[in-house]
Amino acid sequence: MKPLNYLGQGVAYALFAVVLGYFSTSPEYEHMPPDQALVKLSFSHAAQRKGACRERTDEELAKLKPNMRIRKDCPRERANVVVELEMDGKQMYHVELPPPGLAHDGAASIYRRMPVPAGTHRFVVRLKDKVDGDFDFVHEENVDLVAGRALVIDFKADVPGAPGFMFKK
Amino acid sequence: MKSLQNSWRRLENLFNPAFGQALNPWYHLGAIIYFLFWVVVVSGIYLYIFYRTGVNEAYQTVESLTHDQPYVGGVMRSLHRYASDGIVVAMLLHMLRSFIYGRFHGFRWFSWVTGVLLIWLVYISGINGYWMVWDRLAQFVAVATTEWFDWLPLFSQPLARNFLAQGNVSDRFINMLSFIHIFIPLLMLLFMWVHTKRMNNAETYPPQSLAAGTLLALLALSLVKPALSHAQADLALVPAALRLDWFYLAPYPLIYAWSPGAVWALVGGFTMLLLAVPWLLKPRGRVPVAEVHPDNCNGCERCFKDCPYSAILMRSRQDGRPYALLPVVDPKLCASCGICVGACPSSMPFRRHGMVSGIELPDKLLLALRADTDHALDGLRGKARVMVFGCDCAYDVRALQSEEVAALSLPCIGMLPPAFIDYALRDSRADGVLIAGCRECDCQYRLGIRWTEQRLAREREPRLRQRVPAQRVETCWAGPPDEKLARAALSALQARIAQLPRAAFEDDGELELEHR
Repeated sequence: MKPLNYLGQGVAYALFAVVLGYFSTSPEYEHMPPDQALVKLSFSHAAQRKGACRERTDEELAKLKPNMRIRKDCPRERANVVVELEMDGKQMYHVELPPPGLAHDGAASIYRRMPVPAGTHRFVVRLKDKVDGDFDFVHEENVDLVAGRALVIDFKADVPGAPGFMFKK
Repeated sequence: MKSLQNSWRRLENLFNPAFGQALNPWYHLGAIIYFLFWVVVVSGIYLYIFYRTGVNEAYQTVESLTHDQPYVGGVMRSLHRYASDGIVVAMLLHMLRSFIYGRFHGFRWFSWVTGVLLIWLVYISGINGYWMVWDRLAQFVAVATTEWFDWLPLFSQPLARNFLAQGNVSDRFINMLSFIHIFIPLLMLLFMWVHTKRMNNAETYPPQSLAAGTLLALLALSLVKPALSHAQADLALVPAALRLDWFYLAPYPLIYAWSPGAVWALVGGFTMLLLAVPWLLKPRGRVPVAEVHPDNCNGCERCFKDCPYSAILMRSRQDGRPYALLPVVDPKLCASCGICVGACPSSMPFRRHGMVSGIELPDKLLLALRADTDHALDGLRGKARVMVFGCDCAYDVRALQSEEVAALSLPCIGMLPPAFIDYALRDSRADGVLIAGCRECDCQYRLGIRWTEQRLAREREPRLRQRVPAQRVETCWAGPPDEKLARAALSALQARIAQLPRAAFEDDGELELEHR
């Protein structure tokens, strides 16, 4: 093999290395502009049942198998969960989440990411989890969103004493 | 398609002056992938010795490997990264090359389909590897992957909720990642074995100098540009500017530029399209497959050993003949290349009666080949008369024909029994024989050139007879666009035989099968 052959091979290997080296980190990807922050609205919540529960009579209970004899009889189907999010008086998001599952009795879930300009904003978030009536849960808060940070808006109905929305920065 | 193939061959030929045909990396892409896989495995084992599977420990141990032992751990980490990237490059080129050369339909569908599935495994493994560092890039990849998967109506709760806040990620999660990062490469290895299962003598290790050159290039790159982490993952922050590994993560920006559904359509649609390629682009009609002629077969197993696609099986013989085995051709695997015909000891043109081999291509019978050879030899005139045997997949040797040169083309040069060289030279009917085929290490049917070279070198049965003078035989491995190469080989042979006395040797009568 001649020196020129080795030189040619060296050039080919160098080209291979340069391609690997460059595209393994470059060009840089800007996932989010530097003046923006991110709002993530996400929770999982089982809405109230569509119909009211009732007590079974003794006769009804007797007809059931022993392991099925539960006094309370509740319909399985749940209501839709309605959520609204406002920022600085403007509605950012509105969604009606049907309960999942064949019997429509599961917990409705949401995960929504919304890039917003960094700065101080007033957020209002509302949730309704029954068939009729107004929103059951409303939360308002002024949040100073620093660029590059995420604000997570979660909802928990089972927090003792303070069920409702939680803003996590 | 032919012009695209020739353009691609010219691109590959650019590497021949430096590497030579035997070492041209384009002809060894599959073996290079195997080699890179082992580099990834070895470097990965080293990294795993130090790696700790905790949310903080994962990042810290990778940082420690990178900065506290830069000339071992750092290099190993970089080798792990760049060899993985190299797999993607070699894999995509391997696939593109197979597509351009039409190596995906018929008996090749199995390798093509398993190759497409391997692409997914390579990507799953590589992307999973980026999670394990648990830096901002890992955070981005984890969140983006789950947001992408959440588009599918498969999960009762969005997967992305697992990455909402810093406390959501546990040590157990990192532990699971490391388990996946071992399991998927093992699965990959299994699929690589399946991918090459139908290949006889599959090349799973590249030539040593090619392996050494590749490793040196990766080592140099690892020293010049070591792989580095981003800052540690912090789920309260949104990674802004990222140094993406575009070989693995190129689709990720599209999740946000388009939508997760659009990326599923792109990736899923492309995968389905690739899987359907063997049937969508199936050529019309089919060349008849090889047929066994039991009356002329002694069960020597040469066809079985030489078949490049394991299309021939040896079964016990039930016809009362005194031989134990009989070859059986699987029509689904047969490439109709005729290499088995070239391997058969019955493929003997000197036989005066019953010129039928033990295995034949129905549309390319040896009897017809001998008749064509006789006809071609009878027409030769001049001082340096050459009989050229070529290959339909290589340079078209019929373009070399003249008063002094006769040419015949076979489906693969591996179909030519060496006795035909002897046959052409006996009684001075030709002064020399040129054997032409695809570029070295790039045989359309994989092993045609290798077996031919070994048969001519008398290292493999059926061997070229000792009485054939080496000066009168020349080989030339030239692809369809390589006319210069073919003409140069012909000129060299003619110049050489012009210096030799006319008579080569006389016919010594009818030769019959050795075992009869």
